[in-house]
Amino acid sequence: MNVGLFIPCYVDQFYPGVAIATLQLLEKFGCRVTYPPGQTCCGQPMANSGYEHLSDSCSTLFVKNFSSFDYIVCPSGSCTLHIKDHLNDDASAANAGNIRKRIYELSEFMTDILKVEKLSACFPFKVGLHQSCHGQRGLYISQMSELVAEPFSKPGRLLQMVDGLELVSLGRSDECCGFGGTFCVAEEAVSVKMGKDRVDDHLKNKVEVITGADMSCLMHMEGILKRQKSTVRVMHIAEILTQW
Amino acid sequence: MVNHVSLSETFNKDEERVNWHDETLWWVRQKRDKAVWQIPEWEELRDMASQIKMNALSNLHDYLLQFEKNALANGMVVHWAADADEHNDIVYDILAKNKVERIVKSKSMLTEECHLNHFLAKKGIDVIDTDLGERIVQLAEEAPSHIVLPCIHKKKEEIGELFHRFLNTPEGNADPQFLTAAARIHLREKFMTRRVAITGVNFAIAETGEFVICTNEGNADMGAHLSDIHIACMGIEKLIPQREHLSVFLRLLARSATGQPVTTYSSHFVRPLPGQELHIVLVDNGRTRQLGRPDFRNSLKCIRCGACMNTCPVYRRSGGHSYHNAIAGPIGAILAPNLDMKEYADLPFASTLCGSCSNVCPVKIDIHQQLYKWRQVLTKEGHTPAAKTAAMKVMAGTLSRPAVYRFAGKAGRWFMRNIPWLTNNRFNPWYKQRDMPAPPKESFGDWYRKNKR
Ligand code: SF4
Repeated sequence: MNVGLFIPCYVDQFYPGVAIATLQLLEKFGCRVTYPPGQTCCGQPMANSGYEHLSDSCSTLFVKNFSSFDYIVCPSGSCTLHIKDHLNDDASAANAGNIRKRIYELSEFMTDILKVEKLSACFPFKVGLHQSCHGQRGLYISQMSELVAEPFSKPGRLLQMVDGLELVSLGRSDECCGFGGTFCVAEEAVSVKMGKDRVDDHLKNKVEVITGADMSCLMHMEGILKRQKSTVRVMHIAEILTQW
Repeated sequence: MVNHVSLSETFNKDEERVNWHDETLWWVRQKRDKAVWQIPEWEELRDMASQIKMNALSNLHDYLLQFEKNALANGMVVHWAADADEHNDIVYDILAKNKVERIVKSKSMLTEECHLNHFLAKKGIDVIDTDLGERIVQLAEEAPSHIVLPCIHKKKEEIGELFHRFLNTPEGNADPQFLTAAARIHLREKFMTRRVAITGVNFAIAETGEFVICTNEGNADMGAHLSDIHIACMGIEKLIPQREHLSVFLRLLARSATGQPVTTYSSHFVRPLPGQELHIVLVDNGRTRQLGRPDFRNSLKCIRCGACMNTCPVYRRSGGHSYHNAIAGPIGAILAPNLDMKEYADLPFASTLCGSCSNVCPVKIDIHQQLYKWRQVLTKEGHTPAAKTAAMKVMAGTLSRPAVYRFAGKAGRWFMRNIPWLTNNRFNPWYKQRDMPAPPKESFGDWYRKNKR
């Protein structure tokens, strides 16, 4: 199958390793992956700040880049959700609609489309999984603690397939880390406090690595960990699943 | 400028207190979780409640008239108020006509919204709030910080001090049971001597013309039963069509609010007691305007359980007063801009859009989606800072031109690597308490061009 790789702007700029891991993972499971070179961003930074109307040209560009694939895969729940909920292009409405239906976050793509049951990965560490809100509550890649409903977790299930990996359970299984896009600078005090509390939960439970399906949340927590001179690392789930 | 950012920054100066506030409310959220897991059909109940409210809102006009007709037949006096001022005037007129200057009032978020206490105080009326938490904030001359737990921001030692000052309890005594007993004695005297009681309304039933008040302390009943005149104030969205619908809401309300199966008292008021006057004031105050906004009308389904506040990771760490509005938290943030866009333009941005609020809401209000939509409205109406608009335009320009984006990214990373103090300084709000990510030499795009094509 033809997969278009969508790499969010901040991953492209700051975490190329995450993008490379995503690419390798998809290729390992037999996808023909193309990275359209003219891509930039999903438009979420503007839209969540109240400037959805300024993200039109981003959307047009997105549709141009990603119209010709069977699937579009992205290593970020948040950017995927934004496209799913808000991608519109007046000039090619049908293409935009198709993209909205065919875009997947990486762990849900591996679970629902590739139907991955086995992985040959090994990562002998204690790992804490951060459930990023948009992937979880928006894309339903994991069950939400607020609902009276059967628990499941697509990224959690993939991590359980990794040899040696010990998935640690947390005090608060799915509280927001406080990144929130421009919230992280506009509401600096609360954002940092939320991040510190989230990181503390992982530290209290003695994790060695914090992982998740959204690099933005991990970048925020990494900033806090580094400031605290902690030895705990953050890694995107793709980076763990490619430890073979 | 006083806004959510500055107020929550102040709140966060005392980190220990933030931890305590967060943990106290998280504990309430956990009690809620335990209670709702006892009900296998919980999600169905939420669905049903949401649909009943949708029906009520869609036919509000008819239900209101039906309610009025039945309430009149029951012997109530029905008043209509278009806004807060009219509401306050109606209440004052009743008091003035009866030459009453001292009254008791039980919990009503509507009267908070209308600033009734303040209005009556200026007219020389003495109002005693009889809900324990509300009495505490009243003594402290503060506003409630939570719609169900009005003094949740206060520690028991602070309450002990207040009671020592105003109710003559021994200095240093902060035993909750002792303080509650002291408040009881203090309030008992007010109940016995005041002729007028104001109460709120949780549900009004169109079919029967009755209304229901839910409390844990029984203070609404005590006030109403001992009064010559009972004035009940309600927003017009409190209406439900039929009595049987109440069973759905009563199962949801207390479980969502505090994790109790039901409130201690769920009292039905159908007709005045012999010799008593029973007034009901139906208040619009912006509700019909909100009803006219398709994106936001769902917010009128709210039954004021407070669950969205208890679960909100921002509210727990910024405190109720940071919302500078009678109703705090996520629901306050979607209701307030309807009252005054300029004044409350900050509130829809006081959220990470995590969505936990929408998931706990017993009437399934799409709170976080409305926050997103309010942001768009507030921006279009010109209520966001000019500097932000300018920055967003630059960002949009960069992100819509791949070549500009590639250049900006490369330049940015180069500067971060070579002149780190450009970003690592106190003017960068990210850097204040967080390190910047390490900028790599090449972006993924660069790598891909080299290695894959
Ligand atoms: S919005 Fe929903 S959760 Fe929040 S107070 Fe109202 S009913 Fe409760």
